Amino acid sequence: MSALELANKLKAKFGELIAEPMEFRGEISLKISDSAQIHEVCNFAKRQLGLDYLVDITSVDNYGEDPRFTIIYHLRSVAANIELRLKTDVSEEKSEIASVISIWRTANWHEREIYDMMGVRFSGHPDLRRILMWEGYPYFPLRKDFPLAGKPTDLPNVAFTKPAPLEGGPFVTVAEKADSTAREPRVRNPEE
Amino acid sequence: MAHVQDIEIPDAAARVARAKDELSDIHDEKMVLNMGPSHPATHGVLRIVLELDGEVITKADPDVGYLHRGDEKIAENMTYTQFIPYTDRLDYLAPLANNVAYALAVEKLLGIDDKLPPRCQYIRVMCAELARISAHLLGLGAFAMDTGAVTVFLLTFTEREKIYDLAEAASGARLTTSYTRIGGLSRDVPPTWVAMVRKFLKEFEVALGEAETLLTRNRIWVDRLRDLGVISKEMAIDYGLSGPNLRGSGVEYDRRKKAPYLCYKDLSFDIPTGSVGDCYDRYLVRMEEMRQSMRILAQCCDKIPGGATNESKEPVSIQDGKITLPSKQKVLSSMEELIHQFMLVTEGVNCPPGEVYFGHENPKGELGFYINSRGGGVPYRLKIRAPSFVNLSILGELLPGTMISDVPVILGSLDFVMGESDR
Repeated sequence: MSALELANKLKAKFGELIAEPMEFRGEISLKISDSAQIHEVCNFAKRQLGLDYLVDITSVDNYGEDPRFTIIYHLRSVAANIELRLKTDVSEEKSEIASVISIWRTANWHEREIYDMMGVRFSGHPDLRRILMWEGYPYFPLRKDFPLAGKPTDLPNVAFTKPAPLEGGPFVTVAEKADSTAREPRVRNPEE
Repeated sequence: MAHVQDIEIPDAAARVARAKDELSDIHDEKMVLNMGPSHPATHGVLRIVLELDGEVITKADPDVGYLHRGDEKIAENMTYTQFIPYTDRLDYLAPLANNVAYALAVEKLLGIDDKLPPRCQYIRVMCAELARISAHLLGLGAFAMDTGAVTVFLLTFTEREKIYDLAEAASGARLTTSYTRIGGLSRDVPPTWVAMVRKFLKEFEVALGEAETLLTRNRIWVDRLRDLGVISKEMAIDYGLSGPNLRGSGVEYDRRKKAPYLCYKDLSFDIPTGSVGDCYDRYLVRMEEMRQSMRILAQCCDKIPGGATNESKEPVSIQDGKITLPSKQKVLSSMEELIHQFMLVTEGVNCPPGEVYFGHENPKGELGFYINSRGGGVPYRLKIRAPSFVNLSILGELLPGTMISDVPVILGSLDFVMGESDR
């Protein structure tokens, strides 16, 4: 069985909820239109389709677009050696999606990381704490509106009370600027 | 006349039962012990908050993040090539393997991963396998030292030093190798390199045999490791373990076989698996993986296109001005190459929009890079799937029920590295 057949099985079961499979570089991605259904889809994928191994969960911040966040699940069947990618969008107002811990226990730390870095909460997660940043850290650093240099905080003796030296530095390429002159690090005055 | 005295070492379950028995008249006195982040047995900056009933652990809460540097955020702010030095610092015990993994991920996005010159593929495989040996050697040495066998540590570190020499000869640096480029390598290996690898393999076989003699049938070592930290097949898959920890539990999954990349298809090697899933199985799997890596290296030495000295001038990079840098001589004499060089250095390699995931069989497990590109030379989002991070998440379930003296053994057998876990 191939990944495409699995994707079509998922589509046959859930119909309109799942968009047409997208193929890029030999990988199949499926977009789930309603993020509230993610638990049912994942449950079906594991119990009926044998996708027993959750490789990774990750998140993308589509800053300036609506819905703002995309949560991406990389699934795998160890026995059949098939991989499948599920994607679903979460809006900024909601910023919440169902946890899949009850399906794969490895989801625990992945979901904590997404909460820590992007600020998307996982309903039904038993222990949703920050994991890489410390408890009480006020921001979500992987969001696109969080500056590379960090933000000042009032907490005493905590890193990032001053801007980090990297941003605007002489060796950092500015990603957003399309014009190569503006992006070339060496022509830019870091004081600007 | 001296005689050999038989010592009795109870197995892990009996040790726990005895410790519980001794405390049977004391009730409900739990103690919280903070282990780490700077504890010698936690191999870096892992912190574990342990709740103890006497010497038996009742609850364990691993706390990671002390080495968090925001690599994923940094990656979004620089070109694909500029991020290569950061990959050295993920799993800093195997920087060459990280370089290979990252380059392959970007090449997959570009759609050129099957167009790599054969010599480049062989050198990359050799680098990855040398890195595997190097990482397993450190893991083994530290593991044995935490368990009380210091000699092994000295043996393995002598051998690791030779791998550092090989890395230095190839890339110019011992640790911060940054050897790969998108579409190839920074340079070819020197003509003496293959002979150096052969010499290393010869010496390493002896040293590995010695380390094995010291440990594999050593009564104390076996008694401390056997039946400890048992991870069943189902649990290993459920927790997303990868690498030797997954294979130690009897799951035959190796990216080199299941999703072959580079020239692994042309090489013959076996995937060792365990049967019980205890610390001893994970140790045996790593030992055998080093032997298999030696097999791969020996085959590569024989089969490398162009031979050791590369007299036929086989390329080590894709000859495409839009992906790899042209030679300096061409840059200074031809307009087109000059433009290519300027665009590559300032804008980065122009990648198509799309998303790819590439999982590489790193020494610690599956190191995955998920790249979300919106076109151009900078990733929109780069996620690093760190095997150590995922492997550590099992601790909360693995540690309760064992004794505090078993913690260094279990940690050593999981063989993690915090630079990668915390990113």
